[in-house]
Formats: sequence, C-alpha cells, structure tokens
Amino acid sequence: MTLIDLANPTRFLSLATRLLPWLAAATAILLAIGLYQAAMAPDDYQQGATVKIMFIHVPNAWLSMFVWGVMSVAALGTLVWRHPLADVAAKAAAPIGASFTFLALVTGSLWGRPMWGTYWEWDARLTSVLILFLMYLGLIAIWRAVEDQSRAARAAAVLTLVGAINLPIIKFSVDWWNTLHQPASVFRTGGSTLDRAFLIPLLVMGVAFMFLFVTLHLAAMRNEILRRRVRSLQMMQVAQTGGRMA
Amino acid sequence: MALGTSLGTSLGPYASFIATSYMLVAAVVLMLIAWIAMDYRRQKRQLHELESGGAVRRSGRSAMDLK
Repeated sequence: MTLIDLANPTRFLSLATRLLPWLAAATAILLAIGLYQAAMAPDDYQQGATVKIMFIHVPNAWLSMFVWGVMSVAALGTLVWRHPLADVAAKAAAPIGASFTFLALVTGSLWGRPMWGTYWEWDARLTSVLILFLMYLGLIAIWRAVEDQSRAARAAAVLTLVGAINLPIIKFSVDWWNTLHQPASVFRTGGSTLDRAFLIPLLVMGVAFMFLFVTLHLAAMRNEILRRRVRSLQMMQVAQTGGRMA
Repeated sequence: MALGTSLGTSLGPYASFIATSYMLVAAVVLMLIAWIAMDYRRQKRQLHELESGGAVRRSGRSAMDLK
C-alpha cells in the first residue's frame, strides 16, 4: 500500500482499523514503562519530588506544538493539494491538541505554584501557549459553526497556517525574552542538560504520549470519515424524498 | 504521603500538587478515549440505521465496508 492509496478514505479506514489495536497496546506498554520510571526517578536537588510533574508536563507541552504542526501540514493539504483526508486529519486532531495544551498549561501551573510561588505569570512562554490553546478552541468553533463543510475546511486551514507563526514564538520565547520559564533543556544545540536519571523517563513518556496521539488521531479520523458518510447518506435520503414528493 | 510510600519514595511537602497533576492528566486522557469510543459507536449505529432504511452510497458499497 503506497501513500497515494491512503488518499482513498476506504483504504485509510481499512488500514486504521488494522493498526489501532497494535497502536493502543504499544501505547499502554510505553505508558506503563514511563510511569514506572517516573515513579522511581530520584528527587531533584532543587525541585525535590516536584520534578515528577515534569514527566507529564513536558510531553503534553511538546505535543501541544507537534499537533498544531501536523494540522499545519494538513492545512497545506487542504489548500494546495486538496487531499480528501487533509481536512479530516486536521479536524480530528484539533480536540486532541487542545486537550494536550490544556494539560500542559494546568500541570505547568501546578508545578509553578510550589516552585515559583505562583500559578500563573504573564511571561512570553506561558502567554504564547495560552494563545495556542485559544486558537485550538477557535478552530473547533469554526468547524462547528460553519455549515458548509468545504468553506469550514478552507477557513480552518487558513487560520491554522496563520497560527503556525506562534510555534517558533513558543519555542524561542525563552531565548528571545527574559522569562520566568526555564530555557530548553532537552532539545538544544550542545545536547541535553538533564541527568540521565530524569532524561530517560522523560523521553519514554514523550514517546508514549506520541503513540497516544497517533492512536487517538487515527481513531478520531476514522470517526470523522464515518460522520461524513452519515451526512452524505442523510443528504441523499432527503434528496430522494424531495424528488418523490415533487 | 500514602501514594508516595507505595511508590517507594516520598513525594514530599508538595505531594498534593504532584498527585493532582497525574490524576488530571489521567482523567483528561480517559475522557478523550471515552469520547472517541462513544463517537465511533454513534456513527456506526447511524450508518446501520440509514442503510437499514434503504440508503445506499453512490458506489453501491456499504458505508461500513472497511475492506
């Protein structure tokens, strides 16, 4: 099966249905390993046991940006290539991305209260992530509010691409501005500054959350394709009923 | 404290912040899974009802055909 074959929703449904049980099992195993390692990780010399919040906060923060990146590629697919699954992929990803962003914000606040002495600070990193969350909600609202599916797809694709400007702002906000949020410590030139005792559980949790996203996204895309089939069958039924009455 | 002891480590004075974070993530992830699973059932049921009522896709194939 080539990539072109996946442009066919039926072929995509078939592949997704076959892959989902394996992806769900891999996600569960990776999450179990990651959570065990997180539980067994030593306390940080400054943060104490509060460092354990990082093992869930950081993967959620990574995915909040990654999902918008996936949606941006899908937006190009909608606007440039008119790929039949592009809008399906973007629409299915939005609530999942919004959930990861919400969790990144809240777990960050729960870490910030004991470490910084405050739940919230209007610094560049926190504010730009809050804007990302609001943009996710805006996109979801567009898909719900605009009746015409193709118009909603185009409007959402444009907003997604405009919103992608926020991704480098989030990433480099800690370098460009003087923020309370600490600078990058995992993906940085010169290598990670984290000790292996923290880095390994964090990376395992990162991979586990990536698998979680792929699993949920495939399942949500399958739902969206079925929802569009329901809609088209309902419209055909209405058209047939109208034709008979005329 | 009980959670920390059972994990073989003490969660310290901020145990409630740590436990709340993990429980919140678990709750939101479980809600996402439940929402997606319920949505799948709803779409399948609606397709089944439509096809039982005589609605047919232009291709003539069943909307539930995943082969």
